[in-house]
Amino acid sequence: MTGFDLTILLGGVVAGAAPILLATLGETITEKAGIINLSLDGTIMLSAMTAFVVAFNTESLVAGFVSAAIVGALVAAVVGIFSIYLEQSQVAVGFVLTLMARDLAYFLGNPYTRLPGPSVGPQPIPLLKDIPFLGDVFFNHSFPVYLSLLLIGLIWWYMYRTPQGLRLRSVGENPGACFARGINPRSLQMVYVLCGGFFVGLAGATFSLCTKPGWGRPQGAEGTGWIALALVIFGGWHPIRAAIGAYLFAFLQVMGIYFQEWFPSVPAQVFQVAPFPLMIFTLIFINFAQKESVIKRAEGRGWLQVILRLFSGAMPTSLGKPHKTGQ
Amino acid sequence: MQEKNGMNTSASIHDKAIVRFSRDLVLTVLVVVSFTTLIIVLSGAPPLAAYYHIFKGSLGSWVKLGHVIRVWIPLTLCTCGLLYTFRIGLWNIGVEGQVIMGAIFATYVLRFGMDGRMATFFLIAAFVAGVAGGALWALIAGYLKTKGGVNEIFAGLGLNFVAQGIILWLIFGPWKRAGIASMSGTELLPRELWLSYVSTMRLSPLGLSLALCAIIVTAVMLRYTKIGLCLKALGSNPNAAHIFDLNTRLYMLLAMVFAGGFAGLAGSIQVTGVYHRLIPAISSNYGYLALLVAMLSNYNVWIGPVVAFFFACLNVGSIQLPMMLQLDSSLSGVIQGALVLAALAVHAWRIRARRIAEETWN
Amino acid sequence: MRIELRDMHKHYGSIKANNGINLTVEEGTIHGILGENGAGKSTLMKVLAGYITKTGGDIIIDGTVKDYHTPAEASIQGIGMLYQEPLDYPPLTVLENFMIGQAKGVSNQHSLFREKLEELIAHFNFTLDPDVIVKYLTVGERQQLEMLRLLSLGIEVLILDEPTTGISDLQKEALFNSLRKLASEGKSIILVSHKLKDSEALCDRVTVLRDGEVTGSMEKPYDANELLAMMFGEPPLPSTRSAVDYGETVLSMKNVSGLGERTGLSRCTIDIREGEMIGLAGLEGSGQGVFLRIAAGITKPTEGSLSFFGGNMIGKKLHAFKKEGVVFLPASRLEEGLMPDLSIQEHFALKEGGSSFFVKWDEARAESSQKTEKFRVKGTPDTIAEALSGGNQQRLMLSLLSKESTLLLLEQPTRGLDVESSNWVWWHLSKYCLRKTAVIFSSTDLDEIMSIADRILVFFDGRIIKDVQRDETDARELAEAIAGRV
Repeated sequence: MTGFDLTILLGGVVAGAAPILLATLGETITEKAGIINLSLDGTIMLSAMTAFVVAFNTESLVAGFVSAAIVGALVAAVVGIFSIYLEQSQVAVGFVLTLMARDLAYFLGNPYTRLPGPSVGPQPIPLLKDIPFLGDVFFNHSFPVYLSLLLIGLIWWYMYRTPQGLRLRSVGENPGACFARGINPRSLQMVYVLCGGFFVGLAGATFSLCTKPGWGRPQGAEGTGWIALALVIFGGWHPIRAAIGAYLFAFLQVMGIYFQEWFPSVPAQVFQVAPFPLMIFTLIFINFAQKESVIKRAEGRGWLQVILRLFSGAMPTSLGKPHKTGQ
Repeated sequence: MQEKNGMNTSASIHDKAIVRFSRDLVLTVLVVVSFTTLIIVLSGAPPLAAYYHIFKGSLGSWVKLGHVIRVWIPLTLCTCGLLYTFRIGLWNIGVEGQVIMGAIFATYVLRFGMDGRMATFFLIAAFVAGVAGGALWALIAGYLKTKGGVNEIFAGLGLNFVAQGIILWLIFGPWKRAGIASMSGTELLPRELWLSYVSTMRLSPLGLSLALCAIIVTAVMLRYTKIGLCLKALGSNPNAAHIFDLNTRLYMLLAMVFAGGFAGLAGSIQVTGVYHRLIPAISSNYGYLALLVAMLSNYNVWIGPVVAFFFACLNVGSIQLPMMLQLDSSLSGVIQGALVLAALAVHAWRIRARRIAEETWN
Repeated sequence: MRIELRDMHKHYGSIKANNGINLTVEEGTIHGILGENGAGKSTLMKVLAGYITKTGGDIIIDGTVKDYHTPAEASIQGIGMLYQEPLDYPPLTVLENFMIGQAKGVSNQHSLFREKLEELIAHFNFTLDPDVIVKYLTVGERQQLEMLRLLSLGIEVLILDEPTTGISDLQKEALFNSLRKLASEGKSIILVSHKLKDSEALCDRVTVLRDGEVTGSMEKPYDANELLAMMFGEPPLPSTRSAVDYGETVLSMKNVSGLGERTGLSRCTIDIREGEMIGLAGLEGSGQGVFLRIAAGITKPTEGSLSFFGGNMIGKKLHAFKKEGVVFLPASRLEEGLMPDLSIQEHFALKEGGSSFFVKWDEARAESSQKTEKFRVKGTPDTIAEALSGGNQQRLMLSLLSKESTLLLLEQPTRGLDVESSNWVWWHLSKYCLRKTAVIFSSTDLDEIMSIADRILVFFDGRIIKDVQRDETDARELAEAIAGRV
């Protein structure tokens, strides 16, 4: 891969970003409704395994995707029940689940390690793929990738253009006010937790049936869940910005492969590990940008304000706080 | 006559508590066993055989018991350290990376003594370095939280991955074995730099005593010192810190240093007493597991080691599974996770039942 | 819609917040509910609005008895309330806030509701911009938005709980105009307030509550003196207290302003001397809390100068205030004053300070036994703070005070205590004055302030509007000041 072809590069980014994007979008929905699902990493592993095993046994890719999505929703349901109805710490439950789901995945998926199985083939869209440059970048992929692209727009539209989406946002900001207006915050949050988990399940399936086909220990999807959680914050809980983050991340990953070739003396681990300190720096910067003192100093300097505005993330006010029943 | 009518004597309250606890314990175990059995059945293996092999693989012989204790030592050390951070309300997920950095720092020192001279000096220095390394790594996460406003979960996680990257780079790079760079780690340490051990059980008395010391020190720290009390206070209500003139930031960093120090010590023991070299999986997931142990033991310093022992048995016992039943050894992780979840659920259910009872009374 | 409340009761255990209240609000009128702190006005209205469930009594709407249990059900009946703390969504826009709860389905209804909203804005001559984020609105504007929202839901009865706290005069005018307009359109308005002037200007009829019961009602035109008598009852006999020699100036504030509560604190200038016992009077949330917290070093003032014994304290950290001997006791005990999970003994151990590494548990236990007995805290040294009753928590906080302090700042120190305990507390605190400590306390009970304090500061809308020695004033004057008349 010594040549440098921009279309191939960008095409690779769009394809590689698909599972991360799905997971990030799913978690954005969940967190927008006020619940943190820390079990992302484990859920992705478990749903990836489920997708592969089911697809392998039934020889149906659709069954694989659907079952993975259901598993994703099931794990999310556990988080939801514990945090919404049992009023336990979301972090505690999420953390235990992330470990447990991963171990469950390794255990149940063991017999299927390194077995060749079905995977989604490329499905270029007939007319659109012939558009110069854009065609190769966006329209020469497989179904899950198209789905991820579609979902960005769909989720944005739902959240910001429909009354139901407005309710989603409201319950994450002030569940008490929702209660006063006759909206049941609990059932609403549960619905969106399940919804988010559904998409995370799809992300796992995309890994084992499309992007990194197969199952093994390790599978290759390890760590993605944590990145997705960080991307939700980076994206300021907004689907489009989160999508940009996902593509940036995928871009960095792809560039990592190129850099390795160009600078063989730099240890491989630097590129593998680079996303994480980057993530930390971004979080620090976002926190910094929201400080009162910094905002004050930016007054009068338009360009600075634009940068700060870009990085300000509006965390849903009631994120992570269990809503006590009654007043 | 009916003097005790409506009055609960302290003895009967005590009895009720024991009954309630036993009932909860039985319920939890029942739920977990049912769930685990279901999973094993799903994987196509005989459940009873699986349990048998786990049991035999951990407690079936002195050698095996020695393995269990070798896992128990770092696990307990990490758990003790986590009790400090949990007390002040921090989620120190970075403990895994702290173990790794402790191991790295210890190895760095030991590399100077590879010729075997002044072994005792180097060993002691390695342990000190290990503690320092873990504490330093924890301090970074602490600063990221207190000064940078980064949630300690993300900071810890990010640092975990960075530590992982560093250890891989060292093992495949500057510290690689002459000629071959492989996953089996760095150069084996000379015998002098091995922790002495009891031959049958391959158990290091030094490691064991360090773990026991850690338990006692932690018990004393948390219960009898000002630091322990302040940690508890700030974990209970950081908003009231001003009344008692407590510096929240300082105590958070202090808790992290303790947790990191203990984790670093665990890492040093892994290098000197277990693997006798640096390997990529030096932390063996003990950091994450210790978090589960702490949660399940309700953050109690005496219950922690007991739970850690049980978890260590599960870990060591399930190593038999791939060989005997073609099952993956991560079944132990499933059981451990299920236990914590079930305990959380039962606990939550109790609280809910009590609250509903109170509300109907009013 | 005609609302009748018949024999309304709301009890919290043995406390009767509403004790047999009868009230009728006629259609198309503005009805005021007057009373001081703790009279039961907010409770009554929250019951009417469905926010709290009643203990007994009937709510009769247009002749029929209605039963509902949630704010949503109440709004279906046509009753809506503007709460003191707005229940809205600050990060969302005005239009979005307007829509939540009303808009249903999946189709984009932004333009539909925008029309509705703009119509209502125009009708009342408000100046709301549908696309502004609510976080940036003033309190008055948020009120306006909530009012419009309730109206678009079809509310016939609008309840407003202390709506003029923390809003500008201009906004008050706009609000009053809109209320008069609503009344002329046939809606029923209920205005809960402690401010005489507002009620006099706006209401057709006024009902006065005191200690959970109706003490009287009146129609326009009003006799202020009679209203005050109904609100505050007979003035208590001035109690004799021994004179204390005041010492140096402990605390000095010049033009200090600060943020907090609804009103904040505006341009406060005051000098406090050693040995003074000062009571802060006024409706809860009129700036007393901000004042106390600025003096304690917890809140930083936005302007002005602050000094202790002449030494500047602006910019200094909390620790510096503590070193000067300033002690602050907040009203919200479990949120700001105590550690819920710690036992009484542990609190005393924590308080000890000192430089020893180990906790002296024996001493802490002995002290906690001693103090809990002295302050009559019902609990053993091992009882955790959370398990104590409110009154006992208050006593625990007081027992943790050290004997040596230069300035005691107490936010509602006898809240939740019965008469006997309160008396004991005041006796105990008076000893501090003898030791030259300055004591500043806020209270919602005017009688209490009058019998304890040497000097009284009345807070109204974030300002100190009256600063008198107790012997130079009487209950009538203070009551007027609290209600806004100076």
